[in-house]
Amino acid sequence: MSYTIALAGNPNCGKTTLFNELTGSNQYVGNWAGVTVEKKEGRAVHNGVELAVMDLPGIYSLSPYTMEEVCARDYIMNDDPDVIIDIIDGTNIERNLYLTIQLMELGRPMVIAVNMMDDVEQKGEHIDCKQLGELMGVPVIPIVARKGEGMKELMDEAVRIAAGGEVQHHRIKYDYQTQNALNDILLILSENEDTSDHHIQFYASKLLEADASIADMLKLTSDQRRRIEDVIVRYEATSRYGDRDTMLADARYRYITELVGKTVVKNTTPGFMTQSDKIDRIVTNRVLALPIFLLVMFLMFSVVFGPVGEGLKAAVEWLINGQIAPAVRHLLVAADAPFWTQSLIVDAVIGGVGGILTFLPQIMLLFLFLSILEDSGYMARAAFIMDRLLRKLGLTGKSFIPMLMGFGCTTPAVMAARTMENDKDRKLTIMLTPFMSCGARLPIYALFAGIFFEEHQGLVVFSMYVLGIVVAIIVGLILKHTLFRGEAAPFVMELPTYRLPTLKSTMLHMWDKCKGFLIKAGTIIFSMSILVWILQNFSFSLQMVDDSSASMFGQIGAFIAPIFVPLGFGTWQASVSLLSGVVAKEAVVTTMSVLYGAGGAALQTALAGAFTPLSAYSFMVFSLLYMPCISAFVSIRREMNSLKWALATAAMETGVAYVVALLVYQIGSLFV
Amino acid sequence: MSKKQHSLRDLHPGQSGRIIAIEGTGALKRRLIDMGLTPGCDVFVRKVAPLGDPIEINIRGYELSLRKDDAEKILLEN
Repeated sequence: MSYTIALAGNPNCGKTTLFNELTGSNQYVGNWAGVTVEKKEGRAVHNGVELAVMDLPGIYSLSPYTMEEVCARDYIMNDDPDVIIDIIDGTNIERNLYLTIQLMELGRPMVIAVNMMDDVEQKGEHIDCKQLGELMGVPVIPIVARKGEGMKELMDEAVRIAAGGEVQHHRIKYDYQTQNALNDILLILSENEDTSDHHIQFYASKLLEADASIADMLKLTSDQRRRIEDVIVRYEATSRYGDRDTMLADARYRYITELVGKTVVKNTTPGFMTQSDKIDRIVTNRVLALPIFLLVMFLMFSVVFGPVGEGLKAAVEWLINGQIAPAVRHLLVAADAPFWTQSLIVDAVIGGVGGILTFLPQIMLLFLFLSILEDSGYMARAAFIMDRLLRKLGLTGKSFIPMLMGFGCTTPAVMAARTMENDKDRKLTIMLTPFMSCGARLPIYALFAGIFFEEHQGLVVFSMYVLGIVVAIIVGLILKHTLFRGEAAPFVMELPTYRLPTLKSTMLHMWDKCKGFLIKAGTIIFSMSILVWILQNFSFSLQMVDDSSASMFGQIGAFIAPIFVPLGFGTWQASVSLLSGVVAKEAVVTTMSVLYGAGGAALQTALAGAFTPLSAYSFMVFSLLYMPCISAFVSIRREMNSLKWALATAAMETGVAYVVALLVYQIGSLFV
Repeated sequence: MSKKQHSLRDLHPGQSGRIIAIEGTGALKRRLIDMGLTPGCDVFVRKVAPLGDPIEINIRGYELSLRKDDAEKILLEN
């Protein structure tokens, strides 16, 4: 036998912990069709019964306003899971029960798991789960997901109900007026709907909330719509302040207050502070908040992109370039393989795939931090602290971390944008993050600043970082008023209780991200690397060439070089270097030394002849701002879940780079 | 109403009030209500973010942060 279980619950209720506890590493992460909402499925076996577990997005309600909520409600309505496990946070039971009531309206078999029972106790509170279950007509099981407590009882109950062990009679007790209004709507619906349809209660309540999508879905006639409208107007008249948006929600909360009053004993000790309250008093203290925030960010940045991250990266590079590549080359030479095979395998395959492997240590470290920040509850506080600053750009406090990480490496930074729930915020953040000057661009600045701005090297390099931020601000403002115009997503964010993250969930989270990166980015980068290798080593007549100017890359470079004349660097060497920069930004420098046939001092002399200080600065500006490297591009595509958006981002950035470099060179020419 | 209604925005940290209505329409209003800000409920302003906005409130036993502009939509008993 096999059953489908759907896990539903608020964000921060421990749903993911429960999911991990149930399925272990046996899970698959994808996206819901057409949207960037994460879809997680897993498999589990309980007492020999096979279970397909669907982890629904964390939601507060079943309104039609957010993609997460729409995904969850469509899934429950269309896929009819055998049982829904609704996880609620026992320390925050009132608000969590609000979703529960709406899930009950959907009429599917349910089990309620009251999580964090240990924290409830520590808070000096008590929840009578048995009585709560009897009042609602749904079994209620106390659990502590992070310790695995109560899991057996929960799963026994879930499997029993999934198997059709009992017909549930959900008891939602609304006040007289609300129940009347619902009955009136049910009566209208019964004209063309099968009243035994278990969704009908849900349709009625959504219609009472004026959810237009339901009226369309049920294909109600204009007469029916008018009669429903009459019911709503009468309903509205029964309350002084209420309107259709608030009244039913209010009725649900009144029922919840009644339930909680009967089953929960609260701690009424005056001045009682939980551990979490005490932590928060320091962490978001008016004076200490910013220093603590900056310290956390500094720590995170310096571990990921500092000695630890760089050290691990160097170790992977050493392993691939210093050990594996020479060994393979040696083998190929010994086997008398033709030169092109050697080059393809060693340069393209090992070089390209190895290139992405070097990102892995830093991605792991970054996600280790992100997962700790997220699970501990600090992420929400960071957003709380930074919101004011970022709001002006149409972003929210949560954009700060991806942007900051962008100074290290764009690839993981873009992946960090995952922590943002709102699609618009996430897209805008992803589009702006590449303007933060990543570590790979530094060698370009260092080379040119060293040659042309010897005396003000530091200042010139610093100006690149500042320019990146300024451009991001300007582009952000423009996008906010054009592409992303419209009502801003409400910034109404829960500040969850501080909790110690569990090792298991941190590790799984990290593994998830790394696996996704390796598989998806790996396959695309693998083919891209081969493509680039062909472009670099073959001419258009498909002859392998030694002289890179004769390669397809060289030819394309020579062809597009005139475009860069107005920017001050219309040479084919500069264009080819920029093209290679798409592979990896640091490749701009290595390509230059290949093309000028010289490294070190000789390259400096050659560049000093080819560029003026102004054109060098313009070249640096272009390198800073144009499209990010392939691996960043691939992660942008992945996170936006759309090739179109990724291409648009790359095109926008290249366009911005061209305009800014043009302005720098042309305006600069007036003064020099 | 000639006098401007008393709203959540007017409260200082440490003060509390009772909600009488939520103004506005659409996603924001629905979100506020879904989060438990319903008429008759008590709100307590815990603190203001270091940069002056948003604010942190306690409602139904949990902590919620919202921007001052949105807090203005939450009308309180005088």
